[in-house]
Amino acid sequence: MTLTTTRSGAAHAAPVKGKDRSRRSEALWGLAFIAPTGLGLAVFYLWPVLQTAYFSLTEWGAFGGHTWTGFDNYLRLAGDPEVGQALRNTLLYTALGLAAIPLAIVFAALLNVKGLRGVGAYRTLFFLPVVTMPVAIAMVWRWLYNGDYGLINHLLALVGLDGPNWVSDPATALYALVVVGVWSSLGYNLIIFLAGMQAIPKEYYEAAAIDGAGPIRQFFKVTVPLLSPTAFFVSVVSVIGSLQLFDLVYVMSGSGAAARANPAFPRLQTVVQLFYDRAFVTNDRGYAAAIVMMLLVIIIALTVLQFRLQRRWVHYG
Amino acid sequence: MAKRVHAVLIPAALVMVAPFAWQIVTSLKTLSEATQVPPSLLPSGRWENYGRMFDLLPFGDQFLNTVLMAVGRTAGQVLLCSMAAYAFARLRFPFKNVIFGVFLSVLMVPPQLFVIPQYQIMADLGWLNSIQALIVPGLFSAFGVFLLRQFFMSLPKELEEAARLDGAGPVRVYWSIMLPLARPGLVALAVLVLLWSWNDLFWPLVVNTDPEKMTLSAGLASLQGQFQTDYPVLMAGSLLASLPVIAVFVFLQRQFIQGIAHTGIKG
Repeated sequence: MTLTTTRSGAAHAAPVKGKDRSRRSEALWGLAFIAPTGLGLAVFYLWPVLQTAYFSLTEWGAFGGHTWTGFDNYLRLAGDPEVGQALRNTLLYTALGLAAIPLAIVFAALLNVKGLRGVGAYRTLFFLPVVTMPVAIAMVWRWLYNGDYGLINHLLALVGLDGPNWVSDPATALYALVVVGVWSSLGYNLIIFLAGMQAIPKEYYEAAAIDGAGPIRQFFKVTVPLLSPTAFFVSVVSVIGSLQLFDLVYVMSGSGAAARANPAFPRLQTVVQLFYDRAFVTNDRGYAAAIVMMLLVIIIALTVLQFRLQRRWVHYG
Repeated sequence: MAKRVHAVLIPAALVMVAPFAWQIVTSLKTLSEATQVPPSLLPSGRWENYGRMFDLLPFGDQFLNTVLMAVGRTAGQVLLCSMAAYAFARLRFPFKNVIFGVFLSVLMVPPQLFVIPQYQIMADLGWLNSIQALIVPGLFSAFGVFLLRQFFMSLPKELEEAARLDGAGPVRVYWSIMLPLARPGLVALAVLVLLWSWNDLFWPLVVNTDPEKMTLSAGLASLQGQFQTDYPVLMAGSLLASLPVIAVFVFLQRQFIQGIAHTGIKG
């Protein structure tokens, strides 16, 4: 206060200058506030993407140096049967994961039934696998799937069936993995669908009820179409997540010596698992970079495809 | 109606819970009980299995590493992301939209593309097998900035304007007005980062290969194959490793679910 009174002689010029100065100070503070995250993202995320793209055009020697090899890694990639198999495994896993989305919609609709008791308890139980460490989930399911002592084969034996050695039988391994993937992501999808359903205005259901539609008809005629934007979102997220599958399969398939001992390993190995192996086990980092660049292209392609296809089935109210 | 709904939901809920129940039952069995046919439903209560984890792995160290990683990343992200988010939501500065777009571009890249160069940085700094390797790259998050920016944008401006008229600068407004108002958003981000960090496998597996420096997820994963026959001990270990986050979830359930639903819809 004392300062302003003593400087009152220059008062008429002060507001403009003051506004200018406060603008400049706001800009400086703005830049200062984003600086830590901005620098961190630049160093650890943005620059690395360019580096990985560059590495994919090089070959790494045994002692860490790398030499330019142009598109050699990509040519090798195209002719590598292990890459082809990993790609087929990953795409099949992704497709089956998508096919399970309706399951989440059905359970969300059941939990959305008016006046249902115990919704909170159900929601907690369905959500439990979502918060559980994937490594722990994979351990538990390997035990459930165990050919000799696993609970699943014990239960099958009760009805006279002889279950296989689920995760080491090439015919069943990938499907066994899909079941675990669906089981562990059901709660996540369900929560998103439930939120989507609760956003649907009651009037639509009231109007449908007046027209004589029962709960099943209401589900197909009101809920499903109005939920399609949510289903679109879930399918995009699900595809991106499935294409990057690592944690579950790393433990279920076994790694290192356990992987070599598992006859189903080639039928389980995913693209990211192969990337991990080449980048950090055999230290073939140039090739690993090419594998992950291929993954980037696939993710972009499938995401763009989904956005193209959404016109055919997504209704925006 | 409700009865028929329960008739579907109860069996489904049992399928969701059965693996956990079987895990707990097995964790209290001796190896010979676990491998007897037909299986016994009631274990003899072999609590030593839980202690055995500490013989197989430096379980105490790994537990501490995991706590430090999860808490470090969470505290760091809540602070750094909220600062950046406040600037993007409320302050005027040059190239704001361009910079925000660049931030968002990080979200679209699969994380495996960052890993080899990040590993190189850690190796160059001599940080392999260290706590800081587990924490530092995880302090910066485009997702966190985006989530909190959306949250700040939805807050009313009146309190802030009043504070500015009283002469408060951006730091004061951020710290004393925005952060308290944004608490639900900060909690939602914190629970998500805590969950992801605790359960993270790829990065810890890559940077910390020394058993004393591993996290629980990597340590547990290293047991498969090696001791794959002793399932009761593995079940006990898996339970100990995953229980802390499950406990946090049970206490902060609403925030967890809101965080997921919120990011799901806005993301």
